[in-house]
Amino acid sequence: MIPKITVNNLDFWYGNFQALKNINALFKEKVITAIIGPSGCGKSTMLRVFNRMNDLVEGVRTTGEVLIDAENIIAPDTDLVSLRKKVGMVFQRPNPFPLSIYENIVFGEKIHYSGTRRDKLDGIVEESLKSVLLWDELKDNLNKSALSLSLEQKQRLCIARLIAVKPDILLMDEPCSTLDPQATARVEELMRELKNNYTIIIVTHNMQQAARISDDTGFMLLGELIEFARTEDIFTRPKDKRTEDYITGRYG
Amino acid sequence: MSKKNSQRTQKIAFSLLSLATLLIVIPVGLIVIIIIQKGIPAINWQFLSDVPRQGMRAGGIFPAIVGTVYLVLGAIVFALPIGLLAAIYLSEYSKDNYLTRIIKLAIVNLAGVPSVVYGLFGLALFVVFFKFGASILSGSLTLGIMILPIIITASREALESVPYSFREVSRSLGASKWQTIRHIVLPNAISGIITGTILGLGRATGETAPILFTVAAFYLPQLPASIFDQAMALPYHLYVISTQVPNVDEKVRYGTALVLLVLALFMNLVAIIIRYQFRKKKKW
Repeated sequence: MIPKITVNNLDFWYGNFQALKNINALFKEKVITAIIGPSGCGKSTMLRVFNRMNDLVEGVRTTGEVLIDAENIIAPDTDLVSLRKKVGMVFQRPNPFPLSIYENIVFGEKIHYSGTRRDKLDGIVEESLKSVLLWDELKDNLNKSALSLSLEQKQRLCIARLIAVKPDILLMDEPCSTLDPQATARVEELMRELKNNYTIIIVTHNMQQAARISDDTGFMLLGELIEFARTEDIFTRPKDKRTEDYITGRYG
Repeated sequence: MSKKNSQRTQKIAFSLLSLATLLIVIPVGLIVIIIIQKGIPAINWQFLSDVPRQGMRAGGIFPAIVGTVYLVLGAIVFALPIGLLAAIYLSEYSKDNYLTRIIKLAIVNLAGVPSVVYGLFGLALFVVFFKFGASILSGSLTLGIMILPIIITASREALESVPYSFREVSRSLGASKWQTIRHIVLPNAISGIITGTILGLGRATGETAPILFTVAAFYLPQLPASIFDQAMALPYHLYVISTQVPNVDEKVRYGTALVLLVLALFMNLVAIIIRYQFRKKKKW
């Protein structure tokens, strides 16, 4: 199987602080890969290398190679617009724009192709909301403010807004951390559904969540990728002592 | 005993605080009451629509009203785009370096310059150097420069109060920096920007010194025909009939003050209604 993302010798600095140390990993297509590890270990930083969101921070430096579909996206001449269309991100806190549900979903389309016809936009809204299982709930209220939705609906809407841009890869940065257990279970169900069409990388604090939904798991500690393997192997037969300590709860 | 003491201290503190608050309300209330009381007898259709007559002791103040409206609109037309663009640059694009700090310092200082200095500056630059003469153009530009720092500061605060997460998610969807500003940041900052404009409007309406040398005519019964004409203006007219022309009826003076006050309030009201319309839409 050809990997969707290949990471070779990836180093990353915030100023003088090295946040990622010589990361090497292969992310497979159309599987869910979980990245676990204690706070500050570099999980989110690594995620943000894949869509170059770290570029928004001043004084950062990246070296090494990150190949997405055989193209090195670390290269300075990378087209960030097409990269971010291909590699979308779901954030920790649901962050719909203070616009209507409809306007949230068509935001990407309007940014990338101005003057799309209304019936095509309608189609995008319906398709995107259906793919996050919100269509039946919201189809009669598309002009309502997205801020009036529940947290879970907001997070689903954010995923729908992302799907409307037609990405290949979904980066999820602790997408369930603000949700209650029932909502979390439903969003996890959605992720399993989405796996059929998208490559998903999820950063999570919640080890049970990683164990439940992911196919592969990487364990990070202090900027290093300690172990990367099939999820069942990580959780049943960890090779590294530090991985074992973390998953058995001996690490903070 | 000590409990009683602390209660007494508290009572005294409360009294002082409420007294101070009252002291703020009194002058505002008195100004409004006195101006309305003494000015209202002068207000009639002729006063609002006629030109000054009999050495400005009778007739109306229509040319001064028109002049002030022109000047304030001219100042906003000049200052709002420049101020807004500068605010966007400062809050969204500029890096924190030496040049940026100098620019920010300059803006703060611009806000502290006495208005008569703006008047002299306008005289030297617009009237004399650019040869615009004493004209609505010179006066508007001078007033515009005076309210620039108000508009820039308020707009910057409004832009910076838009949550970072909105910008972040917009960029993550592939929007460029400018698209993010245009579609996400500006629409959410608009009410703060309008607030800054309101403050600028109010200031420009009432100032006398900046228009003194740059546009204001002592007596000019016909309306200005172009931006290169001089014009009468309410604050200066009020100054003239209060100090330069003898035997002006008190009610004419207070009537003029009342019109100036109502004009400023009316402009604010329009702006507040616009702001309210925008605010209704935003909540996060």
